[in-house]
Amino acid sequence: MDLRYSDAEQAFRSDLRAWLEATLPGLPPKPKPDDWPGRRAYDTHWQRLLFDAGYAGVDWPVEGGGRGSSAVEELIFKEELERAHAPYVGVNFVGLLHAGPTVIAEGTPEQRARFLPPILRGDEVWCQGFSEPNAGSDLASMRTRAVRDGDDYVVTGQKIWTSHAEVADYCELLVRTGPEDSRHRGISWLILPMDSAGVDIRPLHTIAGSTEFAELFLDEVRVPVANRVGEENDGWRVTMVTLSFERGTAFVGDLLEAIELLGTTVALARRTGAWDDAGVRRQAGHLKAELDALWALTRRNVSQAARTGIPGVGGTYFKLAYSETRHKLGEFSLGLLERAGLAAHDVDGIDGAGVLPAGTMVEDWLRGISLTIAAGTSQIQRNIVGERILGLPKEPQAASGPKG
Amino acid sequence: MDFEVTEFQTELADGIRRLCEGAFPLEEIRRLESTERVVDRAGWRRLGEAGVFHLCLAEEAGGVGLGLAEAALVFEELGRALVPGPLVASHLAAGLIDGADDGSTVVGLVERPSPGAPGTGTFPVVIELLADLDVLLVLSDDGIERLDPATIGATPLPRPMDPLTPVWSIPVLPSGEPVAGADIAAWWRRDGAVLTAALQVGMAQWACDLAVEYAKGRVQFGRPIGGFQAVKHLCADMVVRAEVARCAVQGAAVTVDQPDVGDPEVAAAGAKLLADEAAVTNGRSCIQVHGGMGFTWEVPAHLAYKRARVLATQFGTEDALAEALARSLAHD
Repeated sequence: MDLRYSDAEQAFRSDLRAWLEATLPGLPPKPKPDDWPGRRAYDTHWQRLLFDAGYAGVDWPVEGGGRGSSAVEELIFKEELERAHAPYVGVNFVGLLHAGPTVIAEGTPEQRARFLPPILRGDEVWCQGFSEPNAGSDLASMRTRAVRDGDDYVVTGQKIWTSHAEVADYCELLVRTGPEDSRHRGISWLILPMDSAGVDIRPLHTIAGSTEFAELFLDEVRVPVANRVGEENDGWRVTMVTLSFERGTAFVGDLLEAIELLGTTVALARRTGAWDDAGVRRQAGHLKAELDALWALTRRNVSQAARTGIPGVGGTYFKLAYSETRHKLGEFSLGLLERAGLAAHDVDGIDGAGVLPAGTMVEDWLRGISLTIAAGTSQIQRNIVGERILGLPKEPQAASGPKG
Repeated sequence: MDFEVTEFQTELADGIRRLCEGAFPLEEIRRLESTERVVDRAGWRRLGEAGVFHLCLAEEAGGVGLGLAEAALVFEELGRALVPGPLVASHLAAGLIDGADDGSTVVGLVERPSPGAPGTGTFPVVIELLADLDVLLVLSDDGIERLDPATIGATPLPRPMDPLTPVWSIPVLPSGEPVAGADIAAWWRRDGAVLTAALQVGMAQWACDLAVEYAKGRVQFGRPIGGFQAVKHLCADMVVRAEVARCAVQGAAVTVDQPDVGDPEVAAAGAKLLADEAAVTNGRSCIQVHGGMGFTWEVPAHLAYKRARVLATQFGTEDALAEALARSLAHD
């Protein structure tokens, strides 16, 4: 067990830090949260800067055009970007973290040549069409239908939680190509051009007031068979393969952001005098212990991935623990804001010491609520831990269809 | 950076696990329940021979010269086996008290209440394991003193909360012979917190394993109860809690060995806080998974819960640790 960074790792860090220091001041002003064309322009410009500096796809394998960095360098990359308050991956999320790696692993040479370079350069944006209104935790029950017609599939159905759909060029789309009850065995993975006829996008508003999600309605949309990645009816495995690219660093930025938020919260408590209350101090102390432990768990997960190339079970442990800690932190900071927390907006304190950070803190508390739901609810995660790690008996499966 | 346990470290821990299975099987340990002496001298010497006490002692002082990281892995195994006795105190005393290093001398430790601390004027001093001790050390901010356990005149307390941790009480500890100063006391507090936390992680894992085993075998409503989400999720939370605490403890131990990677005192406090919580909560959950049987003396679930409560009072209580961590956040 060694927590010291090697000379090569430190050199990677200092080069990156120097580049960030030189580059970040030249960025244009951040667009407003609901200005999606503005956000697309901002995020893809940032991606282009990363590309030109050789930092695009730092976690992609070399054969996909990425940097092929080690899991540890990837950790350093995310750590330095967060510390420097560099732009978040934003609208490039699905392309860089999901669709791109899937095409690398399962795409044809033509698909790789066509779709990978524009993702790395920030020229094209992707969204995800997996979940459906009636297929959430039970994703394998999805019903969006694709019927073969010559060289096309004709796709009809509905998707939900499609992030950045409004500004996306392509959608990674899971469709049912097998019989209705074929579950995992009858799904295919398609590349859907978002400008196809029959695609209708309706934005969803979250409880945090944000609009990154949309519902996607597909009405006899024609998708070329050449846009299928992997074999017909093999889309479930194709989707799972992508997960093997995850090396325990998915939440590094979030975790560092939480550590910073705890610092902001403590500063607020000291400013208001709440810090004189032992109960407040102890809550802060508990949160500090939990966030430090999650940082240790992250380093454990990354070290395992660096050795084996396979993500261990630690990612599931991390998600379960982190989402709870993050929610506790949100509740803690909201409580300390007292009635200044009744608006998600920075308001001037009357002590002459500047604004009270209610904007960030209320926003953060609201966003934190999604963490125990998104990418597999905590309840589903506990089933996974119980069944696959502890070996407890499985939940009853769906009543019909072959079992995966 | 490679925070994975090395092959050597894994072998070391496996060796201790096998030793515990041979020398401290649960049925043997349980024979000592509610007796005045719980340290098996022959077993203690075997721990000494295996290096449990002199692992971190420099080679020129007769030790193995390993780091706290290795010791934490060893202590996790001792916790998992529920080995009774003053393990942490005897480890810390190696090199200071003759015979502590090879297990021929059993050394205990008690904290001298600091004057003016809450409760000091109300509570007597409670000492663990007195009848087993050859030497009793007293820890305070000023340093470490040595007392003769045979002559201090403490009163045994009936019905110790943990049947494997007999306790005595004394209104005020006499002064003893000073054997170490404030600097040693400070690092004993830090390393003692990490090693106690390692014992807690071992017990948290033991409680989880016992609960899972029971949940697979116990059938109600025609199914193993582990198939019900209400029980399955209790078990899942147990393993997550143990793993998060384990990373915190091992991270703290490595930080003590490699102080340029972080603040060892802060890491130790955080590790102890989470490990205490993991052991106590998992102990409680283990009893719950066993249902009515968990409330019987016969089922060993209560042993981990009770020991966890004992260890949670040593080397920093929940509130003191949380305060220490809060102080680290309020630095300007």
